[in-house]
Amino acid sequence: MSEELSDGVKELESMIGEEYKYGFTTDVEYEDFPKGISEEIVRELSRVKEEPEWMTEFRVKAYHAWKEMEEPTWFNATYKKPDFENLLYYSAPKKKPQLDSMDDVDPNIRETYEKLGIPLEEQKMLSGVAVDAVFDSVSIFTSFKEKLAEAGVIFCSMSEAIKEHPELVKKYLASVVPVRDNFYSALNSAVFSDGSFCYIPKNTKCPMELSTYFRINNMESGQFERTLIVAEEGASVSYLEGCTAPMYDENQLHAAVVELVALDDADIKYSTIQNWYSGDENGKGGIYNFVTKRGICKGKNSHISWTQLETGSAVTLKYPSVILKGDNSVGEFYSVAVTTKRQQADTGTKMIHLGKNTKSTIISKGISAGQSNNSYRGEVKISKNATGSKNYSVCDSMLIGQECGAHTFPYISSENPSSSVEHEATTSRVGEEQIFYLMQRGISEQDAISMIINGFVKDVLKELPLEFAVEANKLLDVKLEGSVG
Amino acid sequence: MLEIKNLHAKVEGEDIEILKGVNLKVNAGEIHAIMGPNGSGKSTLSKVVSGHPEYEVTEGEILFNGEDITELDADERAHLGLFLAFQYPVEVPGITNKTLLREAYNTIARANDREELDPLEFEDYITEKLDVIEMKDEFLSRSINTGFSGGEKKKNEIFQMAVLNPVLSFLDETDSGLDIDALKVVSDGVNKIANDENAIVMITHYQRLLNYIKPDYVHVMMAGKLIKSGGFELAEELEANGYDALEKELVLNGEAQ
Ligand SMILES: Nc1ncnc2c1ncn2[C@@H]1O[C@H](COP(=O)(O)OP(=O)(O)OP(=O)(O)O)[C@@H](O)[C@H]1O
Ligand SMILES: [Mg+2]
Repeated sequence: MSEELSDGVKELESMIGEEYKYGFTTDVEYEDFPKGISEEIVRELSRVKEEPEWMTEFRVKAYHAWKEMEEPTWFNATYKKPDFENLLYYSAPKKKPQLDSMDDVDPNIRETYEKLGIPLEEQKMLSGVAVDAVFDSVSIFTSFKEKLAEAGVIFCSMSEAIKEHPELVKKYLASVVPVRDNFYSALNSAVFSDGSFCYIPKNTKCPMELSTYFRINNMESGQFERTLIVAEEGASVSYLEGCTAPMYDENQLHAAVVELVALDDADIKYSTIQNWYSGDENGKGGIYNFVTKRGICKGKNSHISWTQLETGSAVTLKYPSVILKGDNSVGEFYSVAVTTKRQQADTGTKMIHLGKNTKSTIISKGISAGQSNNSYRGEVKISKNATGSKNYSVCDSMLIGQECGAHTFPYISSENPSSSVEHEATTSRVGEEQIFYLMQRGISEQDAISMIINGFVKDVLKELPLEFAVEANKLLDVKLEGSVG
Repeated sequence: MLEIKNLHAKVEGEDIEILKGVNLKVNAGEIHAIMGPNGSGKSTLSKVVSGHPEYEVTEGEILFNGEDITELDADERAHLGLFLAFQYPVEVPGITNKTLLREAYNTIARANDREELDPLEFEDYITEKLDVIEMKDEFLSRSINTGFSGGEKKKNEIFQMAVLNPVLSFLDETDSGLDIDALKVVSDGVNKIANDENAIVMITHYQRLLNYIKPDYVHVMMAGKLIKSGGFELAEELEANGYDALEKELVLNGEAQ
């Protein structure tokens, strides 16, 4: 085990007994709407946000589309449906933060960020991470804006982008995930409150990693962020997203939409560490994470890669996908999904090959413990014109204990005989034999388990940016602590 | 060094008794061989001595350098210098042999207040050990036993033994699965590791191994007990006549139940 790992293990010992580290709430006053959803609420939301007319109409149309749609039920999870009439669709901290300086941010909120360990304070800013923090629904503070502006990169909240860069937003919003794509994307389009917008101009390598932290604080608020990333010809960007939420007995809904657009020779790498509250042992409380994430490799030789570590949420339905439209474009999906207690995750990806010589790689690692249920659902579609295209999929499941479940649902269709699709799947169990073998060599039980898990997910975590990878290892250790034996 | 007294063990949580009163004494500098029919309890003995949680000691003691170790966890026993070369080495994907060995070596060193090796020192140390059994260095960077052939797995166990330099080693059928040349190489390696301060207990079905690694004592295990002990000649006798003949002889002498 590396020093890093054994450090992680030491840290783990100090965290034992700490159930869900991020389960604190922050005391700030909220400016809330009445509960429930209607055309009036949607219009009011748009008005409060001082949005232009076209945005209001976009929302209203989306709302009517949503009203006619059915809540989906095809996935492998059972849960109490959210009561859409009992949700808050807008919730902003009342004392409106000034963006000029950190000092103006509500001290309670700042404390929250510090507890989250996110790099808002000066020293961490120096480490080169630009942060857009979305607290409940409103983007609080965006650091490093100026340095980015020098490079011509636009990185701001979606609300700001709608006002400042309407031509870009109009051009790309809902261009990858159409409003009617699914029930939750329609809902999101109607009521999304904020999110991040990121635009990398031609031939520009974004000078730093961009990062967003999402946190749901208000008990009854749903969180509907909207993220849009556009990389122009020859541009590249690496974007990190982290998520946490406090513990509540009630289920909370998180229905985000993320759209990525990569033009010729552009490169977008999107990494997520998702640690929403997952509910208790009996399945009470926790976040419903119903997210639509999709990227389009629009130009030739473009590249989009999704890397995710999903450890939280009571129910997760999430399929970050890539449409490979440009010739020679590449799509990648690296995923670790961990479920414990009574969590349910149905996650995977879609790779849609349209262009010639397009390539996709899928590496999915599911770890199930407790009485949880972990499903991989992956679709690979090679269309008639996608000559010489290739997909390679590996889908491994690891079971810890006897009461959990792992399922794999691959859907493969190829209409082009010159293309190849390769799919491998394995299921294994963290066994007493593996643990005993390592312990016989002198390794402690906890380190042995940590080693086995880290070995299992290694191929995915190595795709994460370094500072995230360390956090990811610790999160896994804490998450699975006590699951074996 | 090791003293096993009237050891009884059963499968944890079940009523299956496997070891039914084993007695064995091993001194520093000695090499022992245990032979016996399939299912007689040889592997179980080695696992019980090294602390496998699947078995429960119901009676008797295991003394290691005078200390009763029956209550110790497997890793604590390893820290005392116990090593088990598995009959069926376990695969651990994603963790390299080298990572395991460095972590193991340093954990054991820490537990014994010995100096740990930093990555560079360890690199030198481990490279030296490759020669003991002519192991290719590519095995260092491969995941533990993952995709190794049967023989490579066995060889890897002895390589690990060479690196960890244990006080007492159980080698459970290390010879099974090795080709003729590999058997010779691995045996030479074991002979190089063996010295006056350590001890080795080999479990085997074949006298051939004993031609390469000369045991001081040979024991026969049947139905959960060591029923006969002797020198090298006992192995020859077994090879010639089989276990049936031995059992009959013991019955005639009134020694078996
Ligand atoms: N966990 C267990 N549950 C049930 N029976 C067990 C268990 N472990 C061992 N046994 C039984 O105990 C007996 C002894 O097994 P062991 O593996 O020690 O035999 P062995 O002498 O090593 O045999 P071989 O020469 O075939 O390797 C066998 O009958 C085996 O089936
Ligand atoms: Mg055996």
